[in-house]
Amino acid sequence: MKTAFRDLAAGGASADASEGARVPVSFEGRALLLRAGANLAAELLVAGVMPFRHTPVSGAPRGPFCMMGACYDCLVRIGGVTQQACMIEVAEGMEIAMPPAGPADGGTDD
Amino acid sequence: MGAPMTEADLIVLGAGPAGMAAACQAAGAGLSVLVLDEQPRAGGQIYRDVARAAALRGRILGPDYTGGQALVAALDHPLIAHLPGAVAWRVDPDGTVAFSRAGVAGMARGRRLLVATGALERPMPVPGWTLPGVMTAGAAQILLKASGVVAGDAVLAGSGPLLYLVAAQMVRAGTPPRALVETQGTTDLLAAARHLPGALAGWRMLAKGGALLRELAGAGVPRFRGASAIAVEGADHATAITFDCGGTRHRIPCSTVLLHHGVVPNTQVTRSLALAHDWDAAQRAFRPVRDGWGRTSLSTVFVAGDGAGIGGAGVAALSGRLAALAIAHDLGRICAGDRDLAARPLRVRRALDLAARPFLDRAFPPFRGALAPDDATIICRCEEVTAGDIRRHAALGTLGPNQAKAFSRAGMGPCQGRFCAASVAEILAALQGTSPGRIGTHRVRAPLKPVTLAEIAALADDLPGPGPGAS
Repeated sequence: MKTAFRDLAAGGASADASEGARVPVSFEGRALLLRAGANLAAELLVAGVMPFRHTPVSGAPRGPFCMMGACYDCLVRIGGVTQQACMIEVAEGMEIAMPPAGPADGGTDD
Repeated sequence: MGAPMTEADLIVLGAGPAGMAAACQAAGAGLSVLVLDEQPRAGGQIYRDVARAAALRGRILGPDYTGGQALVAALDHPLIAHLPGAVAWRVDPDGTVAFSRAGVAGMARGRRLLVATGALERPMPVPGWTLPGVMTAGAAQILLKASGVVAGDAVLAGSGPLLYLVAAQMVRAGTPPRALVETQGTTDLLAAARHLPGALAGWRMLAKGGALLRELAGAGVPRFRGASAIAVEGADHATAITFDCGGTRHRIPCSTVLLHHGVVPNTQVTRSLALAHDWDAAQRAFRPVRDGWGRTSLSTVFVAGDGAGIGGAGVAALSGRLAALAIAHDLGRICAGDRDLAARPLRVRRALDLAARPFLDRAFPPFRGALAPDDATIICRCEEVTAGDIRRHAALGTLGPNQAKAFSRAGMGPCQGRFCAASVAEILAALQGTSPGRIGTHRVRAPLKPVTLAEIAALADDLPGPGPGAS
């Protein structure tokens, strides 16, 4: 099931001029146009990206949970470095991948 | 080789209301202040991105949020250096802080240190809480503040006034939540009534709460009270929330579940310094021991804001100012008489602001089901350790959280126990028939956040020997 995160500015309700123009990035090879300088985790959510990764222990899917840099569930890999998507701003040309996952591809959470 | 060392009279960790107010007060007394903050812009989580977002989304977020603009503006002072995007990963008792900015390590030393690292959501382990689509209510608010992004198709679950605020903000954003599933019951409210604060502070709080509830009713958001046995359904993503309420099992399809049952002090830094902590039974959380100025068991280290005990943004700013006054006196910038004179009105306002806390703490207790989760429920999200795993290790003789960590790996992942330490302490306490205060909580060691070996190596020559928690 897709997430249903909505960007208020897209509806014209509060056009956000302080956030930059849309720039091309990729997630797992999928081309995306995200707002430059915006929070990466938020932009990926609006773009419908989910999950962000699979856990190293069981391979269970995960996505952003706390959005404040505390939980490490939104980890992604950029330029070979595993980082928290919620602590990064979008930059042009980012090639984003899922970090290495654990044993059970498609493992469940419970 | 080493990184350049930045020296300051005062280093403030965190640019939320406590840190910003303290920096401003200290700079006003002539102290040089270095503010290190993880986020790209000042404000903390409560005033997240307020300088940018107030104009864009102030109507949705409300005056309690936009009011934070003044504190952010006051950071622009010649004696204040504000380093955004700085993640502190080691803090030493001599006031040395090692941090990283965009992958580059840096060092700073302060004659005094103020820990203003705020609060974390109280972990709310329920079945399915690790599924994509399940977030904290705070996360939804951060998305709205910092990014103008609102979670559609959402159900909020748990307890606490933050749920009403987030729900009302979602209504104003044109995306009302599908439902509010509240775990507190009418008995909690009745028991809380005797803690109702008198005078103006109490009436203001009740009026605000009433206005939020009217907004939700007006938007037709269904409220379920006294809910229990909350679970999130889904295979790869949340698809529904289920719960018991009024003697029946309910199921509400949704793709986002926002959990919240209070916030607790973020004590990672104060615990890594091995400062004295005690158990706050009313708020069901550990907090650093501190005096009326925020001075901790280590006389050069202060703590202010929610990291010292949950009081909210107003109390945080006042406590930050009080700590700054004590620090200015410590460093010989003001005399004791001036310090006390300036402190008096701050203390009066703080007492007024705190008057509502006992009522709130009693009216919105943590969700019982998440304090004592079923055996199959994951409590350590990082290492995927279940409540049953902790109970099995306890049965084999595990006495405290540090042993539980060693045996089960709970608390060993990248979040360093931020989202499981409270649960482990609750589970062990329940098994031993005692309070988490007697069980204690995880030791915290540097690095406080994952850091690359290259970042540590860059500072190797400058770090003052093993840290207080090092083995």
